[in-house]
Amino acid sequence: MPVDVGLARLSNDLIAGGIVAYSLGFLGFALDAAYGNHARAAAKSVLRVPAQVPALVGVAAGSAQSAGSGFSGASADGPAEGAGSSSSARSGFARRVGLAAIACTGIGWLLHLGAILSRGLAVHRLPWGNMYEFTVALTFAAVTAFLVILNRQPARYLGVFVMAPVVLALGLSVLVLYVAPAPLMPALHSYWLAIHVTAAIIASGVFIVATAATVMFLIAERYALATAAGKPVRLSGLARIMPDAETLDRTAYRAYAFAFPIWTFAVIAGAIWAEYAWGHYWQWDPKETWAFITWVVYAGYLHARATAGWRGRKAAYVAMLGFVTILFNFFIVNIFISGMHSYAGV
Amino acid sequence: MSETPTDVEETAVAQEISKLDTIPDGPDELGTRQRAQRSAGASVWSLLRWAWYSLTSMRTALILLFLLALGSVPGSILPQRGGSDPIKVSQYYAAHPTLAPILDHLGLFNVFGSVWFAAIYLLLFISLAGCVLPRSKRHYKAMRARPPVAPRNINRLPLSASWLTDESPEAALTRAHEMLRGKHFRADRAASSVNAEKGHLRETGNLLFHISLLAVLVGIAITSVFGFTGSALLREHDGFTDTAIDYDSLSLGRFVDVANLPPFSFTLNRFDATYQKGGSANGDADTFDAHVTWQPNLDAKSRDYDIRVNHPLSTQGTNIYLGGHGYAPHFVIRDGQGHTFDEVTPFLPQTGSFQYQGVVKLPDAKPSQLGITGFFLPTASVDPSTGMPISIFPAADNPAVVIGVFEGDLGLDNGIPQSVYTLDTSKMKRLVATTMRPGDTITLPNGAGAITFAGYDEWASFNITHDPGKRVVLGAVCAMVLGLIGSLSIRRRRLWVRATADPAGRTLVEVGGLTRTDASGGFDDEFARLVKSLQSSVPPMTSTFEEG
Repeated sequence: MPVDVGLARLSNDLIAGGIVAYSLGFLGFALDAAYGNHARAAAKSVLRVPAQVPALVGVAAGSAQSAGSGFSGASADGPAEGAGSSSSARSGFARRVGLAAIACTGIGWLLHLGAILSRGLAVHRLPWGNMYEFTVALTFAAVTAFLVILNRQPARYLGVFVMAPVVLALGLSVLVLYVAPAPLMPALHSYWLAIHVTAAIIASGVFIVATAATVMFLIAERYALATAAGKPVRLSGLARIMPDAETLDRTAYRAYAFAFPIWTFAVIAGAIWAEYAWGHYWQWDPKETWAFITWVVYAGYLHARATAGWRGRKAAYVAMLGFVTILFNFFIVNIFISGMHSYAGV
Repeated sequence: MSETPTDVEETAVAQEISKLDTIPDGPDELGTRQRAQRSAGASVWSLLRWAWYSLTSMRTALILLFLLALGSVPGSILPQRGGSDPIKVSQYYAAHPTLAPILDHLGLFNVFGSVWFAAIYLLLFISLAGCVLPRSKRHYKAMRARPPVAPRNINRLPLSASWLTDESPEAALTRAHEMLRGKHFRADRAASSVNAEKGHLRETGNLLFHISLLAVLVGIAITSVFGFTGSALLREHDGFTDTAIDYDSLSLGRFVDVANLPPFSFTLNRFDATYQKGGSANGDADTFDAHVTWQPNLDAKSRDYDIRVNHPLSTQGTNIYLGGHGYAPHFVIRDGQGHTFDEVTPFLPQTGSFQYQGVVKLPDAKPSQLGITGFFLPTASVDPSTGMPISIFPAADNPAVVIGVFEGDLGLDNGIPQSVYTLDTSKMKRLVATTMRPGDTITLPNGAGAITFAGYDEWASFNITHDPGKRVVLGAVCAMVLGLIGSLSIRRRRLWVRATADPAGRTLVEVGGLTRTDASGGFDDEFARLVKSLQSSVPPMTSTFEEG
């Protein structure tokens, strides 16, 4: 079937619009972060629970008990009490900017969705058959994951760290990776393509958001350690507006724990597809190998986070390493190392 | 050392927490270390025990896991003998003559078949088995056990709540029991408390995941012992019978009898390919169709099948997949003494172009051996910048061959195995280099003979595999995903409710909650909801709240 040129052009325009909206969103989140008072908002949200149950008392039994001690941690937060009238006026402005940022992100998301739909209709297939389309879908998954998290918890603080890589990746995909729409090669004609690649996209998108939270966790933790030791710290302005390290760590973990089974499934679906297409479900093709390495590293993270002596910083570094393996797989393996996946197209 | 009552309580809580632990660290590792220290150095037996405990510890498993990831890296960067393009290994050898033998010695050109890689994953799986099997036993016992009795001081638990109510202790406990059972807790009514527990499925999922990992290895082992895989290249009208001789390459599992291969056979009748024309994907294949006639055994009726990419032919547990495709030019060669050779030789596709490269060797030509090396150009054209003949499309729209003909010693007799796709021209002399169209004939100089390019056939290569462990692997990985979801999304938690009458005739209700595996948080929310739910049926007295 021929490519519908009009729809393809529409898709490109929508992506451009989406990038503009996301950039505005990023700007808004950055302003919100700079002038807002997030620690207060975060403390409020955690305190919501005990407010409903007046008699509830949280007692942290020793420092080993990391979970469930959210009450005490939040109420002891300095900024919680420091909300004077001038700062509330300032944070009122920041709050409006923050809401505008969410609105921009939402509009960008709709444009992004439209771009994917029109590209798919233009080429009569799922629009993730090459690196350009994959990046567009991947960033869509990341923004979707971010919006879902926003819907469940006050997580505007994630905005800067999620939207920056999203805007960068989309810009890169339009400027460098773009390929004109075309049908697929025969090896890609399979519904396992849909399943395998879709799962990989969802998992990678959530990994992006999780990595953003991990980066913030590392900054927040360094800040907390340095202030506890009474040392001056760089990036202190950034750290002060973040929620406490534990909240960030937990947000990140939730995202990893959500994405990891999906990644596992993506690898399995890929193996099933390989079995149909090539006759072997596993051939240690470079792309497979790196998907496996990613899987192993994230499995390592999940275990490390549950192992005494590895929690916190070390586990966070393992998770960062996991994301590095994804980036390596996506850029280095796709472009520089040829294998059986190479015909998926740059 | 004297312990204050508080210390005792805290120790008790810590023990409760570690009993709840379902992630492979905590008690295991602590215990391991203690046991290991106690026994180290005593005897060989204790050394073995120490080795076993170290191997099955979480930290060792983690390190092995990272080694596995690290070990995979060279396998993806260096060319691999078992990979998609084994010729690259020899190219690498040519490019790095000093480095390559060292890398080869370390097994880095065959990472996934190397001894050290096998050592890592076998150790990892032993470590896993040593950890998972005892845990399975423990978990089985834990699943059958009743929830533990309430600790003395419920209000020292990580989460607790208490309030005074007008209800009798009996009524309060009955309602708590009902409420918890309604929420699928495993709840016991004791004399003055309700003991409840929920979330054993977490550990079930965790164990299922790890046992499935072991099962994957079992499946792979089954295949390596009972399976086989091979490939065969067929020109149009060629037949294939499932015997060792018909394979171009065949690797058999240890217990596969080569005489007992499944008795199927097939003939490639016709190969069709369609390609994209124009645009950025010009020349990319749209469809590959290998039309075959096949029989499950010699006595069965023959039937037609269409083997396509993603559409293998399956018979008797064996799958036949379409691999590559290319052209086989047909040369009729007459040597200097008048002998005629009829050669249809498959030429292989070259990546990055629409050309097919190949070699024809005529060791029996007289007076000296002849060799042809060259390219098949399905759609021949001329490169406007270089003036060289090139192929601009993979379909045979305007076929031509560009060949060089050599005379001399092919080098086949010196015992060194040679690829059929390369010509060693070191002891040969080039007679002619030319472009030919189908039907063209050239006469070789010095009366060496003549060559006619008679036409071409298409060929298809097939991968034929029998993988009996595949189903085991498939089932195991499905169980793995289920287990993962369970172990990552369920939390195991305990809840105790105690109701005691105070001297004033009121009832003190205390609720305590405990979880260890609440990695993603949320138990505090659930606890608050449970307390609220209980307070709706056992309402607090409105006037005074007991805090603490």
